[in-house]
Amino acid sequence: MQAILLTIVLAPLAGSIIAGLFGRQVGRSGAHWAAIAGVSISLLLSLLVFKQMVFDGAAPFNENIYTWFEIGPYSAHIGFLVDRLSVMMMVVVSFVSLMVHIYTIGYMHDDPGYQRFFSYIALFTFSMLMLVMSNNFLQLFFGWEAVGLVSYLLIGFWFKRPTAIFASLKAFLVNRVGDFGFLLGIACVFLYFGTLDYATVFAGREQIIGQHIEIFAGQPWAVATVIGVLLFIGAMAKSAQVPLHVWLPDSMEGPTPISALIHAATMVTAGIFMVARMSPLYELSEPALAFVVVIGATTALFTGLIGLVQYDIKRVVAYSTLSQLGYMTVALGASAYSAAVFHLMTHAFFKALLFLTAGSVIIAMHHEQDMRYMGGLKKYLPITYWTALIGTLALTGTPFFSGFYSKDAIIEAVAIAAEHGGSAFSYAYWCVLIGVFVTALYSFRLLYLTFHGQERFVVQASAGHVQADAHAEPIPGVLARAPHESPLVVTIPLLLLAIPSLMIAWWSVGPMLFGDFFGASIVVDESHNVLGELAGEFHGALPAALHGFTQAPFLLAFAGFALATYLYLIHPPAAAMVRRWLAPAVRILERKYGFDEFNQAVFARGSLWLGRGFWKVGDIGLLDGAMVNGSANLIDRAAGVLRTIQSGHLYHYAFAMILGLIALLGAFLIPGLWQQ
Amino acid sequence: MSQHLLSWLIWLPILGAVATVVMGSTSPQRARWIALSTALLTFGLSVFLLLNYASDQPALQFDENAPWIVALNLRYHLAADGISLALIALTTFTTVLVLVGAWASVSDRVHQYLASFLLLESFMLGVFCARDALLFYMFFEAMLVPMFIIIGIWGGPRRVYATLKFFLYTFFGSIFMLVGLIYMAVETGNLDLTYLANYPFTEREQFWLFLAFLIAFAVKVPMFPVHTWLPDAHVEAPTGGSVILAAIMLKVGGYGFLRFSLPITPDAAHELAWLVIALSLIAVVYIGLVALVQDDMKKLIAYSSISHMGFVTLGMFVAVLLVRESMISATGSVDGARLALQGSMVQMISHGFVSAALFSCVGVMYERVHSRMIKDYGGLANTMPWFAALMVFLSMANSGLPGTSGFVGEFMVILASFQSHPLIAASAGLTLIIGAAYTLWLVKRVIFGAVVNPPIAKLQDVNARELLVLGGFALASLVVGLWPAPLVSLMDGSVNEVLQQLSRVKI
Repeated sequence: MQAILLTIVLAPLAGSIIAGLFGRQVGRSGAHWAAIAGVSISLLLSLLVFKQMVFDGAAPFNENIYTWFEIGPYSAHIGFLVDRLSVMMMVVVSFVSLMVHIYTIGYMHDDPGYQRFFSYIALFTFSMLMLVMSNNFLQLFFGWEAVGLVSYLLIGFWFKRPTAIFASLKAFLVNRVGDFGFLLGIACVFLYFGTLDYATVFAGREQIIGQHIEIFAGQPWAVATVIGVLLFIGAMAKSAQVPLHVWLPDSMEGPTPISALIHAATMVTAGIFMVARMSPLYELSEPALAFVVVIGATTALFTGLIGLVQYDIKRVVAYSTLSQLGYMTVALGASAYSAAVFHLMTHAFFKALLFLTAGSVIIAMHHEQDMRYMGGLKKYLPITYWTALIGTLALTGTPFFSGFYSKDAIIEAVAIAAEHGGSAFSYAYWCVLIGVFVTALYSFRLLYLTFHGQERFVVQASAGHVQADAHAEPIPGVLARAPHESPLVVTIPLLLLAIPSLMIAWWSVGPMLFGDFFGASIVVDESHNVLGELAGEFHGALPAALHGFTQAPFLLAFAGFALATYLYLIHPPAAAMVRRWLAPAVRILERKYGFDEFNQAVFARGSLWLGRGFWKVGDIGLLDGAMVNGSANLIDRAAGVLRTIQSGHLYHYAFAMILGLIALLGAFLIPGLWQQ
Repeated sequence: MSQHLLSWLIWLPILGAVATVVMGSTSPQRARWIALSTALLTFGLSVFLLLNYASDQPALQFDENAPWIVALNLRYHLAADGISLALIALTTFTTVLVLVGAWASVSDRVHQYLASFLLLESFMLGVFCARDALLFYMFFEAMLVPMFIIIGIWGGPRRVYATLKFFLYTFFGSIFMLVGLIYMAVETGNLDLTYLANYPFTEREQFWLFLAFLIAFAVKVPMFPVHTWLPDAHVEAPTGGSVILAAIMLKVGGYGFLRFSLPITPDAAHELAWLVIALSLIAVVYIGLVALVQDDMKKLIAYSSISHMGFVTLGMFVAVLLVRESMISATGSVDGARLALQGSMVQMISHGFVSAALFSCVGVMYERVHSRMIKDYGGLANTMPWFAALMVFLSMANSGLPGTSGFVGEFMVILASFQSHPLIAASAGLTLIIGAAYTLWLVKRVIFGAVVNPPIAKLQDVNARELLVLGGFALASLVVGLWPAPLVSLMDGSVNEVLQQLSRVKI
């Protein structure tokens, strides 16, 4: 087993090294074959392990591979914990990663950084697998930061673009803010448990019940709450929750395949996975869960609203991702960890699909991303259109599609949690409910603006000449050639992702949400076992879907669909009119509630202002000016009189000093010299 | 020979320096080979020492003890423990790479330049081996001289100001230490470090001795507020000088705390730990913010060094607090202190690799463009892809990315500080954000972006020699980052020894 697991993580790493360090030697096809081979091995072996765990009933694997350090009773290891939770993540990660690898062959076809790109995405797969397979907090943090590094490298992949390198720096720094909390959370776990090992911590979790920590004098806080909130701050950055979400929309500067893989399907869900993994700890603290649910609900609704006013096709999908991550977070806060992880899985498929269809559109439009210059693409890109439609229906939670089961479970779970009391949960319930309407509205808006209606671009053969001129900006809406369907390497991944987006939930919803699929991996306290209460109402996937047609979420989604159909398909001028009516609100949304301006003004400029102040006033003015040079000047004047008797050649003195020191030092070699 | 291994280690570079000066004066190429062979031989010897160090035995080994200045009861006493050996290996390793790096970068008086580095190496090794306080002091001061010469002769345009500042600053600090040594010699009649560690100094004595040591070592580390010599010295120093200064000479300050302040004056160290911890945290935050606004790459890295060295002193004095706390609480153990002290030591070694490598990176750029200013760069990734890859990796190490050595020490120190007080850990943890900000902003402006000016467009990527230097440091950082266990277990016995000494209440 250990050998299999090691192969699963090391195969993509080997692919990454071959593509990265020997890119020139192996060439373009060598690089993509190396990376694809590595990830394929991971996928096949992950499926094998999945079969053993889920169907053959193998026990969870928990072993250390090697010791990172050992200091007295403290030790840190690199090791694997593979249970049903992690094996599900392994399959999702390696599957989506493989799809993205194949897709990249087509998408990055003409890019000079082809090998580098494959090296990065294979390295990402390695890091993400290390993260989900970890059996301890140290390796979790390793993977956590390693995926952050690869994300940084990939957002800034086109390093000539100022916007891309700004976005990559921003992403890394915002994530570091989260890591700051995360690391302190780990330190707090370490203080109370004396170990970083999951199994030991979870086994001894009851020892922190009732314990308090005084971080500020006179303010005893429950240890479980402190740990929960600190760890969640890490998740807020990685999974882009308000107010640490600001990096994710900008990360769209990276190539589309990585937006699908990293910034939709896998890396951004690391925070969700982490909290689910830590469920034994979160269950100990109601305030921490309430904090989680409020942040998640806010993210779910308010970032979705921004998606309504975006014109960049990728940004719409990005805001949709933020909003869906909010749904997952809400599920975590409601103690419906299984629902969060289940939505994570279905979302990974349909959101990766939506991003990749967006990428396919972008290729067809010769790297135009503005939906105002699209429209009517359905006839040019049939496969892309139909797969995008499947993704959209899944995202909006249409019954029978995978997203329906996962999203519906979350809404129902929050509803029950709200019944149990707590205004945080009532707030969350309304947020996720309204969010359904918003989701349908922006999703179908995207679909109509892109694929339906009139073509808002013209094809002009001469445009190619203009664009060949390096200094000329391409004219928006003018294409050199008509859009055409993407090659097979692009469309096959779309089709392969459409299948699970459509039907993965048919088989998995029962065991994962209401059965015993996750077993001991997820711990839920009896007092807030909301999914357990829902289980009684569940009688299989088909009845659930039929029942779904009569429920509020479906009606809201349908309302969103209908409104989008009217505004963007039937009567487009109405959309412009609504935009005018709601101008102040639109303006707020376009400015994204001002988070970016605030961060730029307060944090970025504030630290520069502080740094410059410390430097000019503290270092140069006070320390150097007054103390160091001040006293030097004083001595200088006093010594002016004495100076005349010195020869003045510093290196003479220095050389004499060395000789003297060596002689003095060497004197012991002559015995008895000093002994008279 | 086997009885005098440490003497050989110290004297070998001196012999090499003499040979380089005498035989290399006519042929720079010969000088280079002699110097490099000497450095390699010394490195080999330090590896031999590492392999022969028995970590299961009492810490001090390879003991050499001969009468030196009998009238004053001073002895030529050398010995090494795990902590010394780690620093010895860092010194010999760095010197080899510095000499490789200096191969073509200096053309003026090559033999003297290289000999200065060998002398410097010898004195630094002496510091790490000396077991007699005065012997330590002599090496400690002697180090200044070659560095003074290196900056003063081969330095930049403002070298005279920088060297004077450097020399006077550190000399000013050392004077206090000398006074302390004289006092101890008069009081105890013996300056052997082990003897002094056991000597029952009174509270008052400890207080003043601690302050004397603090000033000397704080200047060396350097700690806020006596750090302002370092940026100037770095800016004017030639690349090799900067590398040695950052990688090793600063560590002498940290090592001094470990050999003097903690064992000789443990009670004063406990009493004044708050002061050192406060200064360390200021270093992490204040200096980090100052680093953010630098326009000169070398200054930026110099400030980054000060900030990172803050973790070294922080870890040591958190260890002091934790040891003493464990003594008053019934359930306490010194394990947290072990973690803190180990973290502090690992941070020293790691900072050696990473800062050395970053200064070498600036050297590589300076040799091509002749500017240290950030604004003269931009878009190096277009013309120097391999260099860009290494620089990005090393910057990540500087920001403490897990998997690089930069993470290990910071992680241990933060974990241990949390045991002392969560707010200490939180303040120190700010480095996660600030450190990444100044380092990656530098990378963004220098490495990424479009080519900003014609000279950048014509740059050649790193050659094999530069690749060896940068790659060597990067590899060392990666190995320690992925598997710190060997380094930790090498130092474990010695760390315990220091904690033992700390737990001895003398008053």
